[in-house]
Amino acid sequence: MAKKPTKEQMLEFYRQMVLIREFETVCDDLYSQKRITGVYMHLYSGHEASGVGALGAIEPSDHVMTAYRDHGIALARDIDANLLMAEMMGRVDGVGGGKGGSMHLASIDHNFWGGYAIVGGHLPLSAGIAFAQQYNETGAVTLSFIGDGATNNGYFHESLNMSAVWKLPIVWIIENNFVGMGTRIEDSSGQPELHKRAIAYGMKDGGRVDGQNVVEVYQSVKSAVDYAREGNGPVLIEVLTYRYKGHGVSDRSYDQRFADELKEYQENRDPITLARRYITENYKNVESQLDTFDEEAQKTVAEAVEFAENSPEPGYDELIRNVYVE
Amino acid sequence: MASKNLPMREALRQALMEEMRRDERVFVMGQEVGQWQGTHRVTAGFLDEFGKKRVKDTPISEMAIGGLAVGAAMAGLRPVAEFMTINFAFLALDAIVNHAAKIHYMFDGMFKVPLVFRAASGWGNQATATHSHTPEPIFAHFPGLYVACPATPADAKGMLKTAIRDENPILFTESIALYPKPGPVPEDDDFTLPIGKAEVKREGKHVTLITYARGLEWSLAAAKELAKDGVECEVVDMRWLRPLDMDTVYESFKKTNRAVVVEESLPMYSFGSEIAARLQEDMFDYMDAPIQRVTSMDVPLPYARKIELMALPDKDKVVEAVKRIV
Repeated sequence: MAKKPTKEQMLEFYRQMVLIREFETVCDDLYSQKRITGVYMHLYSGHEASGVGALGAIEPSDHVMTAYRDHGIALARDIDANLLMAEMMGRVDGVGGGKGGSMHLASIDHNFWGGYAIVGGHLPLSAGIAFAQQYNETGAVTLSFIGDGATNNGYFHESLNMSAVWKLPIVWIIENNFVGMGTRIEDSSGQPELHKRAIAYGMKDGGRVDGQNVVEVYQSVKSAVDYAREGNGPVLIEVLTYRYKGHGVSDRSYDQRFADELKEYQENRDPITLARRYITENYKNVESQLDTFDEEAQKTVAEAVEFAENSPEPGYDELIRNVYVE
Repeated sequence: MASKNLPMREALRQALMEEMRRDERVFVMGQEVGQWQGTHRVTAGFLDEFGKKRVKDTPISEMAIGGLAVGAAMAGLRPVAEFMTINFAFLALDAIVNHAAKIHYMFDGMFKVPLVFRAASGWGNQATATHSHTPEPIFAHFPGLYVACPATPADAKGMLKTAIRDENPILFTESIALYPKPGPVPEDDDFTLPIGKAEVKREGKHVTLITYARGLEWSLAAAKELAKDGVECEVVDMRWLRPLDMDTVYESFKKTNRAVVVEESLPMYSFGSEIAARLQEDMFDYMDAPIQRVTSMDVPLPYARKIELMALPDKDKVVEAVKRIV
């Protein structure tokens, strides 16, 4: 098992997690005020330790891909919140010029290859990114996040199998929040312990990890990344986490359907509360620093909203450009 | 330009081999491309010359073949991914349509997807309903993808080299029936043909035959027969279904004022429908007769040889269509 994160790393994890929570809370508000529009927006609240711990275990030269629940991954990769919020609002200064929206955040400068909206569709793409690293002998590892719902379509099977056959330098991270859209894991998976799927592909099983605990996520992913970087092939990790909001903004009955479970997670298993407790128990005189992070998160997101609302909407030129590389 | 008489499969093999020698980023992947030497022998000898790193045999996993090529292209390689036949590319439709064709636009130019999907198309002898598709127009429906459909060995070479060098995703179809057909092929290593440029393959003044791929053979044969009766057909080989070179069609139509569209594919929502619609929109004042279409019959292809042939287009059906309007 990899070493525990340092104090500096823990403080940075905390900073990112509160920023993500604030960003998502504000996005939810903006959506109810119709300042963010559209039909799709999938919030990362409750998942923070998963993305932050995992991305804390890789280098800037490594690669990341995820599905449509991508805001938290983008922020954990340190992409400017202004540009992300502008994309949420469909403005020209957004990371995708306002053409991709909430589900398609990306930044080539951060080797963050995007959020993708077709369930499982990005899995072979991630394998392709990893293949290019192997081909060019860059030594970089690719992290690919997979929702539990995506583990039952063909992309999952084909991509994981091919990554094992070709021994690709990739770490597959299943973020299991127990519900794919609205269907519980036990109603959709014959084998609900999803990390065990690794065995079927002759792939390293990275185990099942407490995804509310950022320390544990970091350590498990770090071990997996080291293994993949050494040329041993892919690893599959299952991170157990919990979604605080509905599948997307259109899902407004989630809170009632899983009320007791949701309450239990929010009160006793919240990743930010747990991280704060870990930090204050292990390091001295950190309270004021943590409070500063809380305040900075609010300021950063408020500025991002202002930036985004001042950014123009795209026009005809943007509509027709970049269909092809000219 | 020095040229050599080669069958189309050999022209394609030469083009691919030259491009792999020229550019280290180019690699081939697909079912049976390596040890088997290619189902259609287009990659025969490649494993010996380029080795396992650049000649990747894959599992029977079309979704992953399609998607992995997309990811590898995004990360800077130049994949040439082979779907053994285009019938199997249906399994990869999402990777082709929702990923290859969308990513450049959806992230507003941040990523490029320079890849070629090769796929053998058209009927084999009695290959039956599921293995006899010529669905090129389906793929040409989507902006973001180019679709190449060569009809001669020289075009096959020049177009494939162009496709590999281009920065966009390209579906490159190869008519199975044309693989063994010979023709003069330029020997020049840098022989390329422009994207989206049709070619007049025979000049005439009474009627324009508009076609691509296998349809060229029937059109030229029909033109030869009709010439005996004094009917001079101009034959336009589109070569690319996207971009679609309507300028060349219009130039010919202004001269002949009559057109027959000839294709191996099905009649509904087809290449012929598109050409006919464009002609009536843009060339109505030049039109002296209704546009005729020669296609496969609107049935799945059966096994029994007699009725299979009944369902398919041929030279005689082109002759009949011309006679209806001259």
